[in-house]
Amino acid sequence: MTIEDEEIDLLLNDVLEIYGYDFNSYSRASLKRRIIRLCALDKFPSFAELRYRIRTEEDYLKRFVEEITVNVTEMFRDPSFFKVLRTDILPILGTKPFIRIWHAGCSTGEEVFSMAIMLQEADLLKKSLLYATDLNPSVLEKVRKGIFPLTQMKQYSENYIAAGGTKDFSTYYTANYGQAKLNQELSDKIIISTHNLVSDGSFNEFDLILCRNVLIYFDKDLQERALKLFDDSLGTLGFLALGSKETLKFSTIQSRFRQLDKEKIWKKMI
Amino acid sequence: MEENDIKKTFKAVVIGGSAGSLSVLFEMLPNLRTNLSVAIIIVLHRKNSGDSSLSSLLSTKTLIPTKEVEDKDPLIPGNIYLAPADYHLLIEKKRSFSLDSSEKINFSRPSIDVTFESAADVFGPKLVAILLSGANDDGTEGLIAVKRAGGFVVAQKPESAQMPYMPQHAIAKVDIDLVLDVEEISNFINSLVK
Repeated sequence: MTIEDEEIDLLLNDVLEIYGYDFNSYSRASLKRRIIRLCALDKFPSFAELRYRIRTEEDYLKRFVEEITVNVTEMFRDPSFFKVLRTDILPILGTKPFIRIWHAGCSTGEEVFSMAIMLQEADLLKKSLLYATDLNPSVLEKVRKGIFPLTQMKQYSENYIAAGGTKDFSTYYTANYGQAKLNQELSDKIIISTHNLVSDGSFNEFDLILCRNVLIYFDKDLQERALKLFDDSLGTLGFLALGSKETLKFSTIQSRFRQLDKEKIWKKMI
Repeated sequence: MEENDIKKTFKAVVIGGSAGSLSVLFEMLPNLRTNLSVAIIIVLHRKNSGDSSLSSLLSTKTLIPTKEVEDKDPLIPGNIYLAPADYHLLIEKKRSFSLDSSEKINFSRPSIDVTFESAADVFGPKLVAILLSGANDDGTEGLIAVKRAGGFVVAQKPESAQMPYMPQHAIAKVDIDLVLDVEEISNFINSLVK
């Protein structure tokens, strides 16, 4: 099915006016592909039918938001990144009396739990709070449960070891009926809330903000808004971590940050 | 006459390849003229490791500026762009790149279909898409989209491919404009110089 760009505009305006979700500043190429994909998945004979269903059924809007946003993530994704967090960043955070970390656009939470595991191993979890936010309430429900498919644990265990983990990864979960339930003590320090980087503001001051593979779905203006929000939400000498192909390079906040030698991690200097 | 039309028309060349394509690029790139008036966008299947050594390897084979794409990089004629490992590569109407880490397509990320379809949407008849060697059927749907948008589609001659399945599959399903061996592909790209 082909969809005209003007039709996408109409649909996004409906979603904003009726439901308050603003996708107008998302990267158009990716968004268009996701909408065409959804039409195929749900077998809409035409674009008009998709639009009608979204306008008239609030429950379907939930599915729309879930399907056009990308919720592909893993535990210890890019192990070399997590290794640098473990060896270079956590020891610095450990000198603070209290550690606040924000996972912005956390999706189903795999990276939040990865962080909780590393904090626990560094004996820092007890003085840490991990804020897990996403615009999508249904993915946050999965963070709340802390249950992931057992089939993925082999990959996650490999990632964990490549990221410098030395324990038996299976001690972090209980396997049951094909599911892996992560240990409750990992969840105890995770605070879950909806937060939309398009429309919501700063809500706390953090020592470390992670927002990986989220900005790639935003156009440059929205990226700038989100980066300013992170700048406003970081204390001096706080850290900002982005995805492996994302950058501060063209942002106005760049001058206040210095990138570490390795990985996409920046330190706020003033 | 027809060649003149071609020269005037095209803005971008997208090349997709899987197993057996790296050696094709190594053979092709040194033969390309350095004053191309098109942008060349390459999508290769590879292991999803974060390392960026492939683009430095390719850049040793040509004087055309070669870079692995970062999010929102502008798309400028006269450059070679390589899709990064583990991201789909999309093109915006404003002639810049977007990356997407969503589900694998045809067991692949980057997927050739995703980039071909996106390029077709942006460049329409001003696009050339070339599908090289591979053992997977990624690329066929993309070529169909390029064709539907009025673009020009080329497949590597299966007899010249280490893994003939991918171009063969496309030739069976798509009305391919040209089936070329490796040397002919470089000559064809060189003919796009203004």
